[in-house]
Amino acid sequence: MSTEVQSAPTVSGSRRARRTTSARTSVGYLFVAPFLLMFAGLFILPLVYAAYLSLFTERLIGGKAFAGFANYSRALGDDRLIGGIIRVAQFFAFQVPIMLLLALLAALAIDSGLLRYSKVFRLGIFLPYAVPSVVATLMWGYLYGRDFGPIGQVTEAFGLGKPDLLGPNVAFGSMANVVTWEFTGYNMIIIYAALRAIPTDLYEAAAVDGANAWRIAWHIKIPAIRPALMLCLIFSVIGSFQLFAEPQLLQRLAPSVIDSAYTPNLYAYTLAFTGQEVNYAAAVSFLLGLVIVIASYAVLFVTSRGSRRA
Amino acid sequence: MHSDPRSMLPRRAVLTVAGVVTASLVLAACSGGSDSSDTAAAGPKTVSQAEVDKAMTTPTELTFWSWVPRIEKEVALFQAKYPAIKIKVVNAGAGQPEYTKLRTALKAGTGAPDVAQIEFQFIPTFSLTKSLVDLRPYGADAVKDKFVDWTWGQVTGRGGEVWGYPQDTGPMGMLYRKDIFDKYNIDLPTTWDEFAAASKKLHAAAPDINFTNLAPNNNGVWMGLVWQAGGRPFKNTAADAVSVSVNDEISKKVGAYWDGLVKDGSVSTDPDFTDAWFQGLARGKYAAWITAAWGPLFLTGSAKGSSGKWRAAPLPQWDASKPASGNWGGSTSAVISGTKNPIAAAKFAEFINTDPESTKLFTTDQFFFPATKALLADSSFTQQKPAFYGGQAVNEVFAKVSDTVDTTFAWPPFADQAGTDWNETVGKSFTAKGDVGAALDDWQKRVTDYATNQGFKVSQN
Repeated sequence: MSTEVQSAPTVSGSRRARRTTSARTSVGYLFVAPFLLMFAGLFILPLVYAAYLSLFTERLIGGKAFAGFANYSRALGDDRLIGGIIRVAQFFAFQVPIMLLLALLAALAIDSGLLRYSKVFRLGIFLPYAVPSVVATLMWGYLYGRDFGPIGQVTEAFGLGKPDLLGPNVAFGSMANVVTWEFTGYNMIIIYAALRAIPTDLYEAAAVDGANAWRIAWHIKIPAIRPALMLCLIFSVIGSFQLFAEPQLLQRLAPSVIDSAYTPNLYAYTLAFTGQEVNYAAAVSFLLGLVIVIASYAVLFVTSRGSRRA
Repeated sequence: MHSDPRSMLPRRAVLTVAGVVTASLVLAACSGGSDSSDTAAAGPKTVSQAEVDKAMTTPTELTFWSWVPRIEKEVALFQAKYPAIKIKVVNAGAGQPEYTKLRTALKAGTGAPDVAQIEFQFIPTFSLTKSLVDLRPYGADAVKDKFVDWTWGQVTGRGGEVWGYPQDTGPMGMLYRKDIFDKYNIDLPTTWDEFAAASKKLHAAAPDINFTNLAPNNNGVWMGLVWQAGGRPFKNTAADAVSVSVNDEISKKVGAYWDGLVKDGSVSTDPDFTDAWFQGLARGKYAAWITAAWGPLFLTGSAKGSSGKWRAAPLPQWDASKPASGNWGGSTSAVISGTKNPIAAAKFAEFINTDPESTKLFTTDQFFFPATKALLADSSFTQQKPAFYGGQAVNEVFAKVSDTVDTTFAWPPFADQAGTDWNETVGKSFTAKGDVGAALDDWQKRVTDYATNQGFKVSQN
């Protein structure tokens, strides 16, 4: 009798369980459906269309023709594109470590509890991220103005002359400054949130061992927030390689320094909208995407090797 | 690692959807053609007066893209006469930005205006892509004689099509600050040699004033200067063939001349139409401005404070016995293909550019230089003495200059690409104080490569 009672539930019970699981799963899909639709329509579809475009050429004389991979081979041999990719790689190597270091220091300082008015600092450092990048770039473009910009006026008042902050050798650094100003706060918040999640008994143990704030930061905090740092690094890789808004807006002010192939994204934009070479622009964009994927994997690989050694 | 249960149904569904949509896109793209205008067929059939009357009295809304400040005044004159038609004026950017938006809207098939302001040099670019409506069926031939001949030539296509109504022209001259000239005892230069000498003299006496500015991002000025010197860099030899010789001797002569002035520091190379440049004009950083007859329009805005100190003069000459000038800009009103109201749009474009009151208003309010014969002969126009010029009869100066503009200059059907390439080769070499001759060769190569890539047969002059 007991076995019969026990065997019955296993047969119909599992069927019931399967039915509830599938009902639950389909409700789940229903919840995700709006996002999936948007994702498909605004992300997948344009990608597919761009891939389709990149296989054709449409010329002013002769119209549309299937070109296979001709656009891609042209892009691989395009000096201006390769120069642009190298430039954003240099931008990444130069600007991102500085920005992440500043963000880390700021987050550590705010988290250490030794800083008065830490909420004010937190908000203040994050505020530039709330400013749209177009507004920020226009504002900095004005500040950088050689003849009439405020920075020039201040340095002149100190007798240092008027620096050309958008000149050939300096524009790169000036742009890095704008991007750092914009995104340090964003990275700081991510790191700060990770710091807040560290269990506090580690600090008690450290206090017992007589560690000061610096040693706590170095031995406990930084290793513990490693995943957050990785996240910031990957975002920065993608962001640096996709640099567009800052060069495009500063180009008006320094057209001889920032040409239309300064970054690959800007090159693709100019190709599409000035040169009407939409198909080639699509191929360039895909190539850039491939470069970003390779760069992300490279960064992950290098940093994970370090952790394995440790 | 266990298999990811998420990677089953949703991804397959997304891929299927994407595949179906792609297939339909491919079919649509292969079958559809570009949006061609209704009246681009051979032999324009003129629209009847009855149809025109009907269109002008049916409530319609037209969109008009123009960057002319205060053009709402001229539009208001039209709306007063035809109250059924409402015009929405949109400033979509000045020059290149508007063309970029226009091209994007045309390619997308939606968002393009009914009428747009298009400069003369860009007419071939847009007519080649069949983006403009031929205005002959809407009575263009009837108003042909109202316009100065060479402007009508610039809007006429290879098959006699009329692509737009001329609005204003830009004969080039030199605006200069009389007060600065007087202060440093500079005589008005009439030849380029005198100009160079005056430039060096002024810069030596006042190092923080530049005699003038040569913008490294404004191809229009360069083309005007080459035009003046007798150069003909572009020729549209056939519907699918162009001749490109932007590095010919005349261009190299002009390049070397300006290179000398830039290298000795008397001519600056600031990008124009930026905040800093407007400030420079307002505060007297530039003693002269090589510009077209519409130049003062920009001065009245940001450089208001210098009103009364400017004077106009013809460009310095290469050969004083053969005065010549070039043209920079000047716009037309063109009807964009795909418009749902071609009759109303064509009549609107015609009205603001031919109606006596409207064209007169352009000259008094916006300082335009007219493209209509009537105004050029009107003494109330030529004898105008605006206070901005300290009472000089400026229009008379530019009217005389207008007569010296050679009419055979032609533009390529990819003017903005050629202009961008100029910025990055020749413009850049001016700023970097490099080798202008090599930069011109570079520009030649870039334009030729682009044209060949686009399917043109390219020859050299």
